[in-house]
Amino acid sequence: MKRRDFLGGVLSGTGLLGLGALLAGLTRRRVRAEGTVWQIDPWKCTACGRCATECVLEQSATKCVHAFELCGYCQLCTGYFEPQPNRLNTAAENQLCPTGAINRAFIEDPYYEYTINESLCVACGKCVKGCTMFGNGSLHLQIRHDRCVNCNECSIARACPAEAIRRVPARQPYLYKTREGPA
Amino acid sequence: MIPVLAVQRFPPPQFTETGHLLPPLTGPLSRALTLEYLDVAVLLGALALAAWLALRQRSRNWLATLGIFSLLYFGFWRKGCVCSIGSIQNIAQALGDPSAGVPLTVLAFGLLPLVFALLFGRVFCAAVCPHGALQDLMLIKPVAVPPWLEHGLRLLAHTYLGLAMVFAATGGGYIICQYDPFVPIFRFSGATALVVAGVALLVVGLFIGRPYCRFLCPYGVLLGLAARLSRWRVRITPDTCTQCRLCEQSCPVGAINPSTLDAPVRDAAADKRRLVWLIALLPVLLAAGLGLGGLAGTNLARRHRIVNLAERVHQEDLGLAADTTDASAAWRATGAPVADLYTAAQDLRRRYVLAGRLCGLWIGLVIGLKLITLAIRRRRKDYEADQARCIACARCYLYCPQELRRLGLPVPEAPPSALEGVVASDRPQAEAQSRS
Ligand code: SF4
Ligand code: SF4
Ligand code: SF4
Ligand code: SF4
Repeated sequence: MKRRDFLGGVLSGTGLLGLGALLAGLTRRRVRAEGTVWQIDPWKCTACGRCATECVLEQSATKCVHAFELCGYCQLCTGYFEPQPNRLNTAAENQLCPTGAINRAFIEDPYYEYTINESLCVACGKCVKGCTMFGNGSLHLQIRHDRCVNCNECSIARACPAEAIRRVPARQPYLYKTREGPA
Repeated sequence: MIPVLAVQRFPPPQFTETGHLLPPLTGPLSRALTLEYLDVAVLLGALALAAWLALRQRSRNWLATLGIFSLLYFGFWRKGCVCSIGSIQNIAQALGDPSAGVPLTVLAFGLLPLVFALLFGRVFCAAVCPHGALQDLMLIKPVAVPPWLEHGLRLLAHTYLGLAMVFAATGGGYIICQYDPFVPIFRFSGATALVVAGVALLVVGLFIGRPYCRFLCPYGVLLGLAARLSRWRVRITPDTCTQCRLCEQSCPVGAINPSTLDAPVRDAAADKRRLVWLIALLPVLLAAGLGLGGLAGTNLARRHRIVNLAERVHQEDLGLAADTTDASAAWRATGAPVADLYTAAQDLRRRYVLAGRLCGLWIGLVIGLKLITLAIRRRRKDYEADQARCIACARCYLYCPQELRRLGLPVPEAPPSALEGVVASDRPQAEAQSRS
């Protein structure tokens, strides 16, 4: 029994040393003090619509956001209006957004400001596509971290055809579009 | 159709009339780092408490209470991510790819339970893992699984571990997370197939103790390996074992090795011959694993998005596929040279073959060693908990009359209910022994 105890001690000591070695090896290969979260690189995103459907949450953690500094404040916003709108007004049949999540507010002639009502947005990306194809591309999608549960592997990232979703440092959790362009 | 990169088709306006200011672009922050560290502290505390409750206090009730806490905290509150089971993939990926780092908290989740297993056995499984705690709650009437089935099904977990490591180390995704059956339950949302699988496992778990833990959990395999070396461990009896057999059927996960005192005498020469054959079989199994693993690796590589994309682009370029997929269109829009894509895919295929071979070796080794250990006749005087399989749930303690005596509880005449029918024929013997 004594000998077995001793042997057990030696073995678990070896095991601990092994784990220690693994730890040391990993530290050399950059153990980060800080955690990571998932984020969409808006410059890679093709607004394919999977963000709306692939998130593990009932309501996708992705939302549309607006980079106002890129926006042209267009009267005929191609992210807001259907391709051939009857009138440039806020009637639902003219809107691209299926949930009416975009607010259109007159600022000064001829400029209008578009803001997103995130509680309505379902991240379908229709407005993003419209804005990016025919406008300035100021509307884009971002994962919102009050909703996202930070899965160890994001299911949207798994499905994203553009490989647009990656881990980013938790302290800079957004990759907003800016005038500087892709970082 | 792919939107091109943003172009300033319309110059941003100057609001000369109204002096309108652009609204700021902000969003909710991610979870604070201190809270992440708090998770690690809770994990550490729960592990220490579980070890103390299982080995010193020997209290099933308190362990179950701790299990419920862990289920609520790590399961329903933290929504199951990150968990120790999944964290081994982050570690494997960081080992396989130096540019992929692993956050300290994830590393702690991966290693702390293993360190505790090296010292105290699988106390993580006893009351800290939310998956285990959930299944434990569901267990109402455990039935014994025949040993051949038990040993066979446990190989599933070893295979799952091997595959998960292949995919993680090659950057091919985290299959343990993708197919986790219980995390959708913790979140009350997830893919339907997984919810069904999770509920099915829980229903099976009403009668088969912890089916995920025993037959599927990849982390359980590692914990079992670590627990084999553990210095302190579950001892069924607090005193000496009287071979009363009362604990024989008490383990819900079939982890109790019976005493061999009254095992039928076997032909020693035949046993030895079988052992020699099995040892000779080991290199054959290893070679087979190596070969099959390499073959499997080539196929598994197709699951990697880059390899997949390269094959698609190749087909499109050859005119075998008329249209583009979302992925190939997105790749074409980046204007990246096709040669780079092919090189990357070729490189990945090589890595998959290597990883597949290692995985095959691992599975061959596991099967070979399992056959050998099953053939070795080990003499065991007492009823003992198997170090690797025991999840330290403390259920067996109260079946031991010695434990009841230690606690000053009455030693029952009849064996406890779970034993009904099992030891009925041996009752006089058990009673005689408990009286002596
Ligand atoms: S899945 Fe990818 S490409 Fe599609 S909308 Fe989301 S981020 Fe954009
Ligand atoms: S169009 Fe889709 S992505 Fe854009 S605001 Fe509406 S719901 Fe959100
Ligand atoms: S990490 Fe999970 S919750 Fe967050 S966006 Fe991805 S799938 Fe949704
Ligand atoms: S075997 Fe796996 S799932 Fe079960 S309790 Fe242990 S770590 Fe958790």
